[in-house]
Amino acid sequence: MSEIVDARGLSCPQPVLLTLEKLKSLTQGELVVLVDTDTSRENVRRAAASLGWQAREVQAEGAEFRLTLEKT
Amino acid sequence: MSALREFFASRAGIISVGAFIGVFAALLQKWGNPGNMGICVACFERDIAGAIGLHRVAVVQYLRPEILGFVLGALLSAFAFKEFRPRAGSAPIVRFVLGMLAMIGALVFLGCPWRVLLRLAGGDGNAIFGLLGLVGGVWIGTLFFKGGYNLGRTQSTYAAVGWLFPLIVLGLLALRLMFPQIPDKEQSGILFYSIKGPGSQHAALAVSLAVGLAVGFVAQRSRFCTMGAWRDLILFRQIHLFSGMLALLVAAFLTNLVLGQFQPGFVGQPVAHTMELWNFAGMVVAGLAFALAGGCPGRQVFMAGEGDGDAAVFVLGMISGAAVSHNFGLASSPQGVGPYGIAAVIISLAVLLFIGFTMRQKTS
Repeated sequence: MSEIVDARGLSCPQPVLLTLEKLKSLTQGELVVLVDTDTSRENVRRAAASLGWQAREVQAEGAEFRLTLEKT
Repeated sequence: MSALREFFASRAGIISVGAFIGVFAALLQKWGNPGNMGICVACFERDIAGAIGLHRVAVVQYLRPEILGFVLGALLSAFAFKEFRPRAGSAPIVRFVLGMLAMIGALVFLGCPWRVLLRLAGGDGNAIFGLLGLVGGVWIGTLFFKGGYNLGRTQSTYAAVGWLFPLIVLGLLALRLMFPQIPDKEQSGILFYSIKGPGSQHAALAVSLAVGLAVGFVAQRSRFCTMGAWRDLILFRQIHLFSGMLALLVAAFLTNLVLGQFQPGFVGQPVAHTMELWNFAGMVVAGLAFALAGGCPGRQVFMAGEGDGDAAVFVLGMISGAAVSHNFGLASSPQGVGPYGIAAVIISLAVLLFIGFTMRQKTS
């Protein structure tokens, strides 16, 4: 079970802050981030990429997005 | 559509949007808008406050179509890309106060972060102090973010919540069309107009509205934000938004050079004063308020157009702040700060620190 960051309803820069905080505590593996705006989805993906994490999967669930970040 | 979506999210996309705004802001000056004020979100909201009589300063009354275009352009973009999402409920009263304080600070400097760039691009050296203040204010904001400052979560809600602000804007546009300016008259129907001063200087309605719509559309897509530019640079060492802001500055500068609008100096700059400390301190207030609210005034207007009811409250706070600023003598003029401007800066800073220190939440 991968760890989950729930950033739904939070506006910039919180989703990115929470994601980066969690990613820095992990060296590799998988992290799921939940967001609910396109802006947050783009920002989280961009910030994760800067640390070498790729968004393996971006699922839209209604108005929300579930990003699965991965680093191997 | 998806290729366009990717483009606007890319580095090239944000740079193109910044350059687009820079060029058209400089052109708007050529076409009639005030000096180094092709687009100024704070000044234009202040002019709107004057146009509907919330303050009665004769020289700054005009229902600026650019701002109306921003909201409606962002609305169109949000619908075109299926991104209109009614949401609200994250500390609205705080956002209203942050909007007021941001406006009070911006009117001590005489411009929003967009106008800081346009004043620099036009050669106004006083804007250097405004820029330093803006960066300082945003930097203080990042310290609060690191300390857990958070306005709380928004909720998805009824469509009406997202629609109300765009509908208000449509109503204002209807008023503007029903009551056009009458030469040498201060009033047309229920709207006020300036017959001299910055409020009397404006491009034609159709031109202003068209540029506003276009800027609103592309800026909503690209998330262009002049506060986020500095915040992300300081907080994350990310240059994405920063590159867009820089593109605005460079594009406006080059366009000014071509149009002969670049006039370097400190004294006699258009709609500006030379009190360095208060240019600086006013923008510290504005920068911190924008940072705590999560977006520069432009970005707040675009978000209000895409269904964000909290951003709409911030914008209404700014318009109210403009009325307070002018009614109570807080706003500066080319002669310098207003009679109560210095006190307003100090009180505003104290309130911002209160908000920053007290709204902490450990979310993890």
